[in-house]
Formats: sequence, structure tokens, C-alpha cells
Amino acid sequence: MTDSKYFTTTKKGEIFELKAELNSDKKEKKKEAVKKVIASMTVGKDVSALFPDVVNCMQTDNLELKKLVYLYLMNYAKSQPDMAIMAVNTFVKDCEDPNPLIRALAVRTMGCIRVDKITEYLCEPLRKCLKDEDPYVRKTAAVCVAKLHDINAQLVEDQGFLDTLKDLISDSNPMVVANAVAALSEIAESHPSSNLLDLNPQSINKLLTALNECTEWGQIFILDCLANYTPKDDREAQSICERVTPRLSHANSAVVLSAVKVLMKFMEMLSKDLDYYGTLLKKLAPPLVTLLSAEPELQYVALRNINLIVQKRPEVLKHEMKVFFVKYNDPIYVKLEKLDIMIRLASQANIAQVLAELKEYATEVDVDFVRKAVRAIGRCAIKVEQSAERCVSTLLDLIQTKVNYVVQEAIVVIKDIFRKYPNKYESVIATLCENLDSLDEPEARAAMIWIVGEYAERIDNADELLESFLEGFHDESTQVQLQLLTAIVKLFLKKPTETQELVQQVLSLATQDSDNPDLRDRGYIYWRLLSTDPVAAKEVVLAEKPLISEETDLIEPTLLDELICYIGTLASVYHKPPSAFVEGGRGVVHKSLPPRTASSESTESPETAPAGAPPGEQLDAVPTQGDLLGDLLNLDLGPPVSGPPLAASAVQMGAVDLLGGGLDSLIGAPSFVAPPAAAVPANLGAPMGSGLSDLFDLTSGVGTLSGSYVAPKARLRSGFGHTEASLSRAAPAVGHPEAGTPGRPGRVLLLIPRLTWSSPGGPGRCGPSESPLQVWLPAMKAKGLEISGTFTRQAGTISMDLQLTNKALQVMTDFAIQFNRNSFGLAPAAPLQVHAPLSPTQTVEISLPLSTAGSVMKTEPLNSLQVAVKNNIDVFYFSTLYPLHILFVEDGKMDRQMFLATWKDIPNENEAQFQIRDCPLNAEAVSSRLQSSNIFTVARRNVEGQDMLYQSLKLTNGIWVLAELRIQPGNPSFTLSLKCRAPEVSQHVYQAYETILKN
Amino acid sequence: MSASAVFILDVKGKPLISRNYKGDVAMSEIDHFMPLLMQREEEGALTPLLSHGRVHFLWIKYSNLYLVATTLKNANASLVYSFLYKIVEAEEGHTAVYKASTVLACAQELKGMKDIQGDIVLTSDWVFSEYFKELEEESIRDNFVIVYELLDELMDFGFPQTTDSKILQEYITQQGNKLETGKSRVPPTVTNAVSWRSEGIKYKKNEVFIDVIESVNLLVNANGSVLLSEIVGSIKLKVFLSGMPELRLGLNDRVLFELTGRSKNKSVELEDVKFHQCVRLSRFDNDRTISFIPPDGDFELMSYRLSTQVKPLIWIESVIEKFSHSRVEIMVKAKGQFKKQSVANGVEISVPVPSDADSPRFKTSVGSAKYVPEKNTVIWSIKSFPGGKEYLMRAHFGLPSVEKEEVEGRPPIGVKFEIPYFTVSGIQVRYMKIIEKSGYQALPWVRYITQSGDYQLRTS
Repeated sequence: MTDSKYFTTTKKGEIFELKAELNSDKKEKKKEAVKKVIASMTVGKDVSALFPDVVNCMQTDNLELKKLVYLYLMNYAKSQPDMAIMAVNTFVKDCEDPNPLIRALAVRTMGCIRVDKITEYLCEPLRKCLKDEDPYVRKTAAVCVAKLHDINAQLVEDQGFLDTLKDLISDSNPMVVANAVAALSEIAESHPSSNLLDLNPQSINKLLTALNECTEWGQIFILDCLANYTPKDDREAQSICERVTPRLSHANSAVVLSAVKVLMKFMEMLSKDLDYYGTLLKKLAPPLVTLLSAEPELQYVALRNINLIVQKRPEVLKHEMKVFFVKYNDPIYVKLEKLDIMIRLASQANIAQVLAELKEYATEVDVDFVRKAVRAIGRCAIKVEQSAERCVSTLLDLIQTKVNYVVQEAIVVIKDIFRKYPNKYESVIATLCENLDSLDEPEARAAMIWIVGEYAERIDNADELLESFLEGFHDESTQVQLQLLTAIVKLFLKKPTETQELVQQVLSLATQDSDNPDLRDRGYIYWRLLSTDPVAAKEVVLAEKPLISEETDLIEPTLLDELICYIGTLASVYHKPPSAFVEGGRGVVHKSLPPRTASSESTESPETAPAGAPPGEQLDAVPTQGDLLGDLLNLDLGPPVSGPPLAASAVQMGAVDLLGGGLDSLIGAPSFVAPPAAAVPANLGAPMGSGLSDLFDLTSGVGTLSGSYVAPKARLRSGFGHTEASLSRAAPAVGHPEAGTPGRPGRVLLLIPRLTWSSPGGPGRCGPSESPLQVWLPAMKAKGLEISGTFTRQAGTISMDLQLTNKALQVMTDFAIQFNRNSFGLAPAAPLQVHAPLSPTQTVEISLPLSTAGSVMKTEPLNSLQVAVKNNIDVFYFSTLYPLHILFVEDGKMDRQMFLATWKDIPNENEAQFQIRDCPLNAEAVSSRLQSSNIFTVARRNVEGQDMLYQSLKLTNGIWVLAELRIQPGNPSFTLSLKCRAPEVSQHVYQAYETILKN
Repeated sequence: MSASAVFILDVKGKPLISRNYKGDVAMSEIDHFMPLLMQREEEGALTPLLSHGRVHFLWIKYSNLYLVATTLKNANASLVYSFLYKIVEAEEGHTAVYKASTVLACAQELKGMKDIQGDIVLTSDWVFSEYFKELEEESIRDNFVIVYELLDELMDFGFPQTTDSKILQEYITQQGNKLETGKSRVPPTVTNAVSWRSEGIKYKKNEVFIDVIESVNLLVNANGSVLLSEIVGSIKLKVFLSGMPELRLGLNDRVLFELTGRSKNKSVELEDVKFHQCVRLSRFDNDRTISFIPPDGDFELMSYRLSTQVKPLIWIESVIEKFSHSRVEIMVKAKGQFKKQSVANGVEISVPVPSDADSPRFKTSVGSAKYVPEKNTVIWSIKSFPGGKEYLMRAHFGLPSVEKEEVEGRPPIGVKFEIPYFTVSGIQVRYMKIIEKSGYQALPWVRYITQSGDYQLRTS
């Protein structure tokens, strides 16, 4: 007879009958009744009415019966809080039972009864159990502290249970240690500030010892806890890594991934020159590959994490391409992830194999998989130049299959290939045009329209083709409409005579018959542009497009670094920071990789660059940035800064570009080009919709706000005025979240100019948006206080980002800061706020806002700053140099005429000439990069093949500096001529140029 | 950190049994699981991780059951999946001694057998399947009391605890019926550093059986080039030893040989090695010594992986010609590319055929061919296939004159085989040292076998 008989009683009056049975004198009958109750509970019947009767059975010496009653209690105590008190006595008694199994059972169940009223009765029994002689009871009690904390945190703190729990980390029994660590981690997670897991080299050592002895689950708790620790230097990091590495051989995949997490994080601190770094790198690959033989769900987690790891450290798996080849019976989610990793690992060395595989996949049956495979072929073409030709021919073969979705996907990627390799593969356009009719997806239609517009001069019947799309204009999606508008304008600029009617038609459709503000505004801008200055229109619309990036779908570096800290967790599977999916601020701590701190300076790699340039490996995520990212991923576009001066300057920045014949500029247009007959609503935010679709650019753009200077590189994606940005497959299109959101134009505009460039996103590089911290005051000179810092200018505010570390043995308090008089009147705009006392080994990061309203005294050198910092121990002095460009103000853009006049006006002896060497950027890139640091291009001329950029900037004290930057294509050396009424600043301005451009 | 609650659902998504560990997720959230799963499946976007609002579901499917863990936090996903699998999955081909429904009986049986005979057949680590021969809807319902007890012991507040089934069996049994509480105790093993072996085990004859099993994974593309070839090996032990024996296993591991300077011997380079919980990992990391105190009975001591390319043991050449509206002609040639002295047993070559094929006809030079319409394959079985031999099979199918509309995938040809007394990597057990303080003599027995793993040859 099995337990299933208990499920059979379904007749009416059952509760009543059960009640009688529960109160029976016969033990056996009682137990049978409790079983029936539990069975009813299991199938979801409400048997809470039997509460008193069941609790009455609690006092039994039958273990099985006791367990069942406890189970019942856990389920219903919450709904019967008053009666739950009845159970307290038994719990207290059971906690003193001679049998440890009963004691543990009681303490385990107690914590699961989430009734506030009874918690205080449980404190005494819990206290005893925490000190129980039997480890089984202690390990259960340790977890109970976490349970109790969840119900009543204050009580747990008042009762001193946290300290007892901390003591258990030193328990002799490994399982007790593991559970104590788990409980503390859990509590610490919900109280990020509590500093509960006060990890130090001694406690780390204990954990590492316990790691060798506890169960596989305990090993995971300990490894996850270790991952939160930041070693003090590279030596400590290495020694922990050495002791964690053996876990890579554990049979449990979760142990392996947690070990990988610790290693990936601590590797960050190791110099790449170390032999050990190379050894570790080699040790990581085999276990990662083996994870692919695990169960599919674990494979999936592993693959999502490998995706992060290859972005962070591509060298780990670069030789392991084959293991990611897709097998026929892989679940689809595994297939798609493998494909993604294959593309990331594709290189010249393996491209032939990869392409052969992709071609194979493109003829499979699963539509999603096929699409992704086709897209992957395009991505290979863009990534590995040598393979482009083969990729294109493969794509053409696929188009010949005439399978609808294959054709569409192929056209979308071919468009990107055209962008990447202009004037190379246009011969295939004819083939593409044959398939015009079969395109029914907006993205493919938009791509095809882009191609027709872009190559209008080579397609004889371009006007007919575009006209055919125009017929159903209002039924098209916005993406297609915008694309069509731009394409027809392009066509008109190329073949003005035959297409006048067409362009008028599309402009009127866009401006008069459309409710979509994006479309309407873009229509007006074109219209106005075409009617006022066709030459300018040509320069804007047919401007040379910036290159598209090689790597696509890269995770923004600061986010990537955060995710590396979350290897193995949900965050690493979603590729989102926990703040994006865990509710509330509770339980979310932003993690970042540790900065590299060498124990001896000599291990620093040589390329650590000129002062002010961040070395590639330097990582230091600022929490606010993480927050921002989290927000952005939630599509909550709320940049932290906004305000009138910024908005204004942003508009101006946009306008600048337009004048400078530049790109990406139409955004400024509504304020610049007068709207015809006041027909355009002053919706400043509207026309940038398509641009915003590129979320990743957006995030990195915003990310750079907090950095002082960041290089635009590689991932330039184009233009605002055009729609390439929205077309590019590289980033997820999310529509235009900001379109038609009045009331936030300031914010929106703030983002726009920055959208046009983004952070250097090469794999293996990270954290670009932070200037490196320099040690300003070494600990040995300041009785244990170490100060390092950097200067940034962010949204018009200059700040001094300080990092104070207490390397002494006593607590530091009462911090204050003062500046000596200096050349530009820099002074703290707020007192130095160190909220809590700084305990030994603790580090605090402070951003100190600066004003330029202090008293002025010319210093030598001009940009030196003397600082005094006080704490409870003493007063310390140090001196540092600040980069001049923190003083470049946002309204440093000079009118063109004014520029000419001023240039002439300043005497020639004030002109200083400098060479900027080894700068590989082109004029556009230079211009946009400088602009981000408030050096504005007033005009641009092309003289005898050289690009002349005329630029202006203004210092906080109102000094204007004019510049002429001569760039010869192909020559990495630029000539910079500076003119200023105060010639002594020139040298420093030149240094600022150097820093901005070479960073 | 980990799961808030664990649910076992039937195939329709109805909860059979559940355990709420943390109380932060409403138990009714599980009602969203099945609709969500169906919706995602329809969209072709089904993943092992689903979310509804702020609740995340981590799930696996096992026979006709779903095991689902819920969480609100940034839980350790790999831990949760490992845990779910640890609970439930039965190893393939595993034979449990236990009778399905009567755990009571089986526990006694276990006790009895240990004393009487030495050969309990028990292989897996998986907890539930150790208790129930097969984990399925009925067994959950039949044993709900013990399932509750197990769920209580396996995890506490989302932290996995003791999952070693052999140890759990020592204190979670339905013998509670008969025993007075005072007698049921926590075995000290639960919290010991050696949490997988109890003290006081006794055998009359002390023996260890070592099985070295190598599986060959192969992926060959349609034009016959090998894309992927790897060997996944596993060393399984059956341990019938008394007391607390210390074991040391010696292999012809290249890294070890290099460390000890005995490079002359034939050695094998293991690319990645994974060990059972019992093996001292730091010791292995230091000097490549595999030392351990084994659990009692069956377990997998270690697994390893090599990606050294070897000649595919059974090579297949195939021609599948499809004449639309009339017929399919299949020709398959199989060649044994291993030593002549060895024999592959139980060879099964499965060849895909279109789903609308009919009227099969076969001709084989050896073995027999069979059409399996429900799998759309022909299976050609050869009982014994000596090395160096080459065999041929021809098949002929009719096709209907009206063609099917949906496009079919092109499944690969699969091969199954077993070659005894042979490891393809050349790995050897050099010694197994067994030391127990009572000083008994114990004999190790070693068997080698190579078998097919994921062995796929794509067709064009």
C-alpha cells in the first residue's frame, strides 16, 4: 500500500472527519490522519481549519509524525499567527532533545515560521543551538540566523547573532563554516553597507582551508564569497588564485563556474607580464570546454558565461573554435548561443572553417537559427576583411535559394557589408534588386531602400524602384518611411533633374500627412535644407559615412566588467546587471572588477602611457555609472545630469557640426534652421528617434559623461541626419523611446552629440571612460593615508575624484580639504564629505566638486595645484597637476566671423606651433573627439588634400584660445597652431590636445 | 543566493509537490510557469530560464515531470541547475535495486544485502532515483511523505545541504514507522569532512572493480572531413571495501610522467580532468596524485577529456539519393578502423530517411537492417564487427508522388558501438593502492571499454 491512498478521500465532510481522527487516542490513527491532512495540503486544498488539531499532535516521539506536523506548521503558521504561538513550547523543548536530529529539525522549522510574534521566543533556543556540540545542529542553526534576519533584522542584530555567526566561520567543522558563509553572504547581500563579511587575509585563509574539505555546495558558497573580496595586491591575488585553481577539476559544473568567477576577477589584478598570468589563462580553457558536455541547461549557463569571458579575455578560448560547432540534436537555445560565440571567435586563422559551418547552418530548417546563421556570415565579412569576398558570394548563393527569410536576412547584412567596404561589392546590386518584391519585413525593406538611395547613381531605375515603395508610404513602418525619405532626398541630390516631383511627393507625405514627429521633423529639415542651400544639403546628406565597427553586439565595457563579477548567476545569463531585474535597491550591490595594484611598481606594464591616459587594463567602475547602465537597460532613459546650460551647449554642439560641414548634425537643426512658416513644432527631442535606437551607443555615450576624455574609436556609427544608425543591425532596435516625450528635451539633447561616437570597444579592453587614478599622496608620507585621484569635467562641473585609503592601523575621521591659491581659482565647491570613519584597509571614493571662484595666483607651472588634507591624525600636503581641459567651458564655440577677426587680431608673435605625432584618427574623428572635451570645430577646409580644422575653446576665466589643426590624410602627425592673448597657456592647451587625442 | 522554492510539476504544469524554502515568492506564482513556457516555446525562444514579472523560473524537464526552482534574486544559476539534476536525474542504464513504491522494503533490503552478499548494484548519485526506481508522477504521489522529508534535508533556506543519497538513506527512511525517535540519529558522516562514506562498513571479501570507459564524440561534415573528434573518458569504481580505506590510483598520465621524469613509457595527455568530491583536488594540482577515500558502492571517480584527433573508429561513407516523387536510394559503407584483434560489439548505424518514405527494401553484406518509421531512420545492426573489415548496406524506399510541403531537416547518420578490452586514448591503470588501517589485502580489478559517444556524420 502506498501513500497515494491518502489522496483518495475527497468526499464531503472530510475536514470534519479528519478532525475526529486527529483527536483520536490511537497513535496509528493519528498519524494516518496527519498524512491525509498533508496529502490534502499537497494537492492544494485548504486544511488550515485543522490547525489546532494538528498542532496538538506535535508532542510526539514519532519522528515521521513530527516532521509532518512541522511541515504543516510551515505552511499554515502565517495564516494563523495567533495559534502558531501554541507551537513555541514544543520548539523550545525540541531544541533541547537529546537527539541532534530533533534539535536540528526544530531549529530548522522554527526559522521557516514567518510569524513576527513568535520570533522573540525563538532567540534563546537558537542561541543554544548555535553553540551545540553537534555540528549538524550548528550548521542548521547558522542558516536559521539568516532566516530570522529575513523576518526581523533588528532582532538578530540586537541579539548579537551576527557575531556568533561570524565566529562560526572559524568552526572546526567544514559544513558549519560553509553554511555560516552562506548565511552571512545572504544577509550581507540585503544589507550592502553592513560590512558583515569583513574579509581580510586571515578570514580568507580560513575560507580557503575550508574549501578543501566541505561539500560541493559548501565549496560554491565559499567561492562565491571569495569573489566579493578584493585582494590588497597582485601577490595576494595570485596566491588566492593558486588555491582556487584545483576547483576547476571538480565534477560539479557549478563549482567550476564559481571558481572561474574568482579567477576571472582576480586575474584583473595580475600583470600580463607575469608567467603565472599565462599559466592561469591556459588553465581556464579546458574546464570551460568540458562544461559543454554537461546537461543542456548547464551548457546554456556555461555558454552565456563563455560569451562574456571571450569578450573580456578573447585569448582564453581563441583556439577552441571547433567545440562550438553546432550539433544536430542540440536544443535551439544552445545552438543560438554557440553561433554567437563562433562569431566572436572568428578570425583570419579559422574563418574558412567557420564559413563552411555557417553555410551548412543556413540551410537548416529552424527559422531563427537560419536567420542568425545568415546574419553571422555578414558579421564575419565585416570582422575578417580577407573573408569578405567569400562571405558575399556565400550570401549571393543563399539569395538564390529564394527562401524568403534567408533572402531578407541576407539583404540586411549585405547593406552592412556595403557600409564597411564601400565601392567593392556593388556589382551584386542587380541581384538584390531582383528580390525587391519578396521583401516583406521592415528591416529588409529599409535595408534595400538604403542601398537603392545610396547607390542611386548606379541604378538606372532607382527612381522607379523608390517610387514603387512610395505608393504604400503610410502603411510602411516608421523605419521604412524614414529610410525612404532619406533615400529619395539622396536620389534627388544625385539626379536632381528627373526626380524633383518624387522628392516633393515624399516631403509632402512626410510633413503633411504624417503624425510621426520623427518623420515630420526630418522631412522639414530636408525641405528647409534643400530650399535654402542645396550645396549644404549635399554636404549633409551625402556626407561620407563613418566606418562601422567590426565587433557588434559587444557588451559595454563597464557592464561587461560588472557581469564578470556575476559569473554563474542569473545576471550572467541575462547579460544584465542584477539591478535590472532584482526588485528594489535592496539586495543590489554594484560590483566591479578590482583595479590592478601591483605590490611593486616595476611590474607595471611599460605601456602605461603618458600621464592622464588610462591604460587599457585599468578598471574602475564608478557605481553611478553602473546605475545608469542598469537604468538604460530598462529603457528608462534618465541621465543623471540635465540642465539649461547643458542643453544649450548641446544644441550648439549640434549646430557646430552643421557649419563645419560635418556629420551627425541635423539634431541641432530645428533651432538652427528656422522652421518654414512656423509649421514645425518646437519639439527639439523628436528628430533623434532613430539615433536613440542604438542603445549600446547610447550607453557608452552616456558612460563617457563621467570620464573626462574618451577616445572615439572604431565603433563610429553614423549619422543622425541619415538613418544608418537605425539601420545598422549591430544594435537592438528599440524604436525611439524619447520621441514625443515633451518636457525632457534638455536631457535628450544632452545625449545627442555624444551618441555619435562611442567608447573604444575592442575585446580585452575595458573601463575606458575612467581616467586612471594617480597616487597623489603615498601612504608612507601621510601616516597611512593614501590619496589618489584624478580630475574630470562632467556636464559643466569640474570635479576632483578622490580615493582615500586607510593603510594605517587606526580609524581615520574628521577629513577636510583645502587648496592653495592657484592660476585659475580652483577651489572646493563643497566640503570633503567622508561620511563614516575610515577603518583600516578601507577605501572610500569621493567626488569633490570644484568651482573656479577661488582666489587666483599664478602658479608655476601654470596648472599646478597645492592641496592640504587634514584628518584626525595630522595635516598633509601634496601638489599635483591638473589637465587644462577640465577648464574648457561648454560655450567655447566661437562664431565663424568672430574667429576670423580674432585670429587676425591676435599678434603673430603669440602664435605657437606644435606637432601632434602618431595620431591615427581622421579629421571627423578628431573633431568629434575634441568636441567632447569642449574644443569646438568652427570651420573646416580642405586645402590641397589637407584637412584644416579651425577650432576654438574658452577657459573658465574667459581666455579664448584659437587653433588651427592641419591633418594630412595618411600622415599620423598633425600640426597644431595656437593663438591666444595669453600665450603662456598654449603649451598646456597643446598637452590637453595630446591627451584627448591619444587617449 | 539560490532557490526560493522548488516545485515538481506534472507534464501539464500542475504542481505535484513543492517546498517553499524562503517564503519570498508567492507559491501561486508557479501558475504562470506553464503558460509562459508554452508561449516561449511557440515563439521559438524557449530557454531554461524564464521570468514572469520579478520571479525567475529555472527549470529542467525529467521524463514526464518538470522540476522548477523560483527565485527573486540574482541566484547562482549553475548551482540551481546542478541541484535540480542532483535531485532527480537517473543515470542512463543505471539499475537500482530498490523496488519502486516501497522505500521501506528497500531500505531493509539494502541493509540485509550489505551483510550477505557483496554485489549491490547501485550506480548513480541521483537522490530521488535512488529512492524510487524511476522518478515519475506516480512515484512522487506514492511517496509524498518521503519526498517532503528529502526536500527538507536537501536544501535549507535555498542552500543545498546534504545531497549524497547513500548517506541520506542512512537517516531518511520510512522506517520511522517502526523506530522510536530516540534511535534515529544523524550519521556523523553528514557533517564530516568525509561526508560521503560512513564508518563501520564491513565486507568479507575486499575488492574494487575499476571500469575505464571511453566515449568517442565525432562530428564529420557531409564531405567527409572531421570537424570535431574528442574522447570523453570516465573511470567508474565499484568499491566493496571495509573500514575507511585510503586509495591511490596511478594512471599513465603524461603530466605525471614528466613530473617524475619517466618519459620513456607510453603516456596519455589528459586535457581536462574532473573528479568526484572525494578526490583531494589540491593534491592532484600539486603532484598529480589521485588520492581519495571512496564512497561505498558505485560511483564515478573521475572523467577526463582529450581532443587528440584519432582515426574515427567506425568510418561511414554514404550516398543518399533522393529521386523526387519516386524513390530514395541509400548506400552505406561502414569500415572498422581499429586493430584487427579487436571487435566492435552491438554496432548500430542509424541512417535518416524522409518522413514520407514507404515500402522499404534492404540488402546487407552482414547484419540486419530495420526501418523505424517513428524515428524516420533505418537502423543497421551488426552484432560483431572486427577491426579492418568493411561492410555494405543498401536500402531502397518509395516516395509518394505528391510531395510534402514542410521542409525537413537533414539529420546526421549516427553510430553506436562498443569495443571491449581497448581504450582509444591508450590510458592505463598502472596501479590502485589500497591501504586500510586494519591491513587487509584487497584486489583491484580493471576493465577497459571504448564506446560511441555523440557520434554524428552529417549527410548532404
